[in-house]
Amino acid sequence: MTVGLNHYLLLSALLFAIGFFGVLLRKNTLVIYMCLELMLVAATVALVAFSRYNNTMAGNVFVFFILTVAAAEVAVGLAIIVALFRRRQTIQVEDLNALKN
Amino acid sequence: MADLFFYAFATFTVVCAAAMVGLKNTVSSALALLLCLVGVAGIFILLDAFLLAALMVFVYAGAVVALFLFIIMLLDAQGGNRKPFKKTAYVSGGISFALLTVGVLSFWKHGAQTTGELGAIVPVGSTLKNYGEQLFTTYLLPVQIVGFLLLIAMLGVIVLSKKFEDLEDIK
Repeated sequence: MTVGLNHYLLLSALLFAIGFFGVLLRKNTLVIYMCLELMLVAATVALVAFSRYNNTMAGNVFVFFILTVAAAEVAVGLAIIVALFRRRQTIQVEDLNALKN
Repeated sequence: MADLFFYAFATFTVVCAAAMVGLKNTVSSALALLLCLVGVAGIFILLDAFLLAALMVFVYAGAVVALFLFIIMLLDAQGGNRKPFKKTAYVSGGISFALLTVGVLSFWKHGAQTTGELGAIVPVGSTLKNYGEQLFTTYLLPVQIVGFLLLIAMLGVIVLSKKFEDLEDIK
């Protein structure tokens, strides 16, 4: 069976689903953050595949911006996690319940 | 031949992603993410987006994962004992699993009806010139905004990593 657009979209959906379950199942904030990154990457796979099969540049350029935003997001997010760890000495999500109730 | 490469890279990527979620050790998770991103870069090469594949390796695999590893080793916060899930967590997990399975399979059933006949077209995303042309004409304003966003992120990180002595504790 020749590889077409559907194969790439299926791969993208699979990666997104794996990242989603990582966010749901893991309790370590850093791993949850990595899974969020995986979901972003899954979206970029779909964008590049669409761009390739329609022979346009829009999707490719959008991936460019996603990469930049992801880099900025990681920097800020990890700074928040470090600040959180300095204050509470933990990054396990079940211990971070200051906003509960 | 390209099909074989696609299946190889796709399997590699999915296995590494699953390993990232499944592995207990945080450092192993980060390294699995690194391998997964390299696999995605391979997929990008198969889609003729060579610049994006290189950027994927430089920015994600190089900078982002290195930052993650740095923070993991700095904090040294391993998993510890984890409480078991509640019943509601199992129910919501089951429902979301069912929904995602249906979503993924609907790509297969009702997805785009394009076949893989792309050999004749010169891929527009393979040349660097097209990226430069697009980024500095059509997408000039977004480029400026993203540059500003990076500046704001840098300032935010500097402010966040300051010590706040006068803040009372939220325990």
